[in-house]
Amino acid sequence: MQNDIAGIRERIRAYILENLLFTTDASQLDDDASLLERGIIDSTGVLEIVMFLEEQFGIKVRDSDMLPENFDKVDSIARFVARSMVSA
Amino acid sequence: MPAQRLLHDSLLGACEGEGATKTAVIVEGHARSYGELLDAASRLASALRARGVQRGDRVAIYMDNTWPCVVAIFATLLAGGAFLIVNPQTKADKLAFILDDSGARVLLTDAHLAREYRAALDDMSDPPPVVASGVAMPEAESFDDVVASAAPLDARVPVIPPDLAALIYTSGSTGNPKGVMQTHQAMVFACGSLVEYLRLGAGDRILCALPLAFDYGLYQLLMSVRLGATLVLERSFTFPAQVFARMRETGVTVFPGVPTVFAMLLAAHGREALSFPDVTRVTNTAAALPDDFAVRLREVFPNALIYKMYGLTECKRVSYLEPELIDAKPGSVGKAIPGTEIYLLSPDGHAVPAGEVGILHVRGPHVMLGYWNRPDLTDLMLKPGKLPGERVLCTQDHFRMDEEGFLYFVGRTDDIIKTRGEKVSPVEVENVLHALPGVREAAVVGVPDDVLGQAIRAYVVLTPGATLSEREIRAGCAVRLENFMVPRDIVLCSDLPRTATGKVSRKALLENPPA
Repeated sequence: MQNDIAGIRERIRAYILENLLFTTDASQLDDDASLLERGIIDSTGVLEIVMFLEEQFGIKVRDSDMLPENFDKVDSIARFVARSMVSA
Repeated sequence: MPAQRLLHDSLLGACEGEGATKTAVIVEGHARSYGELLDAASRLASALRARGVQRGDRVAIYMDNTWPCVVAIFATLLAGGAFLIVNPQTKADKLAFILDDSGARVLLTDAHLAREYRAALDDMSDPPPVVASGVAMPEAESFDDVVASAAPLDARVPVIPPDLAALIYTSGSTGNPKGVMQTHQAMVFACGSLVEYLRLGAGDRILCALPLAFDYGLYQLLMSVRLGATLVLERSFTFPAQVFARMRETGVTVFPGVPTVFAMLLAAHGREALSFPDVTRVTNTAAALPDDFAVRLREVFPNALIYKMYGLTECKRVSYLEPELIDAKPGSVGKAIPGTEIYLLSPDGHAVPAGEVGILHVRGPHVMLGYWNRPDLTDLMLKPGKLPGERVLCTQDHFRMDEEGFLYFVGRTDDIIKTRGEKVSPVEVENVLHALPGVREAAVVGVPDDVLGQAIRAYVVLTPGATLSEREIRAGCAVRLENFMVPRDIVLCSDLPRTATGKVSRKALLENPPA
């Protein structure tokens, strides 16, 4: 179940909605919306997401992984987590 | 290079001869030459003129740190106008306020900011025309099309050094932002003073990952163009690993930051060692750099001079500490920048002896003309100087000066919060909280935080029967405030401490927080 990418995506989306958008209204965030362009994340926001991922999915995120291609969209974060869990 | 009287003379100078082919800006990895910058800016300038911009008119630039933003700044100047850059995190209400207050003739923006700028324009009775970069938007002209279809300016627009070059909006203790008026001569002067003490040259590669809406970010661009150097422009510090990679790739020599950036950098260094041997100047301003940071920054920047500085938008920069004195003068932000003077006065206007606390006053060509549309606030900050007609800046900040004239920050006299290097007005946050249904009263304070400098904490009293959660309160804030202004802590309480006159006391909140 944990490796199921749809499940991972949902948990990440719920976290971002609740902790960075402060809402439970799912229509506020599309999976392919740029978090940066929407002004949803900034440097402390990225660190909060990283801490959440490390805690919830037992992965280790290196500083050099913290790049827009891994963290700018709900979709890309989910794919990054799935990859990290396989290689862990 | 010819005399630099106007802010954009630097761009014209940089384009002379071979200079036109030199890289002016590397934006997210793409190099753009000085020739390209002048060509695009000149075309956009004539497009602005065609859309009604005349000498002295304001042009609002609500954009991220992008190539169009750089073009827009110089285009406005070439068109004879004054630019104002609005932080792209700004939400609709405040954007509408700034557009209205400045009387901006045109709005230059990015398509991805449409959610906010559309809502802002909907609120306005006479909205300005919009030009947006990025994907096509029905309400806006395309930035690329406008630049491509306009011819370059055919003649210089007559502008003289005392004309307005920029309005720089800054948070004020009264709640609404105010536009600091800066003239060409003030900005050209400030730029020259900065490059002198920072010992910058044409060979430098200056990083700018701070917002261009922030004068500290803006001046990285202005200094770089003045020198014919290269600016390495990044969107933000959101992804530090990306910024670090770009710094290595492009050979960045100048690293400007604020304490929050340095705290993140040092934390990253603690996990995986970082080293940037090409960097020869590191600068800090906006909030005090903890003394131990300077020591640890030398591990990351082994070949850099480290500058501690102090400034405020109203005069751009006040002081800097000679980097060679960083160990001899811990805690000091140094002396006045070249060509300017600073002194401390008591509240009744008398000179303050060495070692005692006084109010910092600044004298020099870099002092603002005043606040746009706010003569009342201008009079609080600009006071009669030594010479007839002269005005000096009374910063309202408390400082101490040692026997040798070195300056030490003591505190502010207003309630402004400094978080992540940004100024936040507690009143502005309180106004948003008060507008939330269910909130009876709220008070906002800054509490110490290792990374942020200060974190924002809101004490909120709900109306009887209201069931707002902390999350709902933060959500209400996030809709109207920039991210850095959204309170990190919401403390629900039954009442707020008051002064003898019945006003909510922020001081008492800090000393005796309600449970």
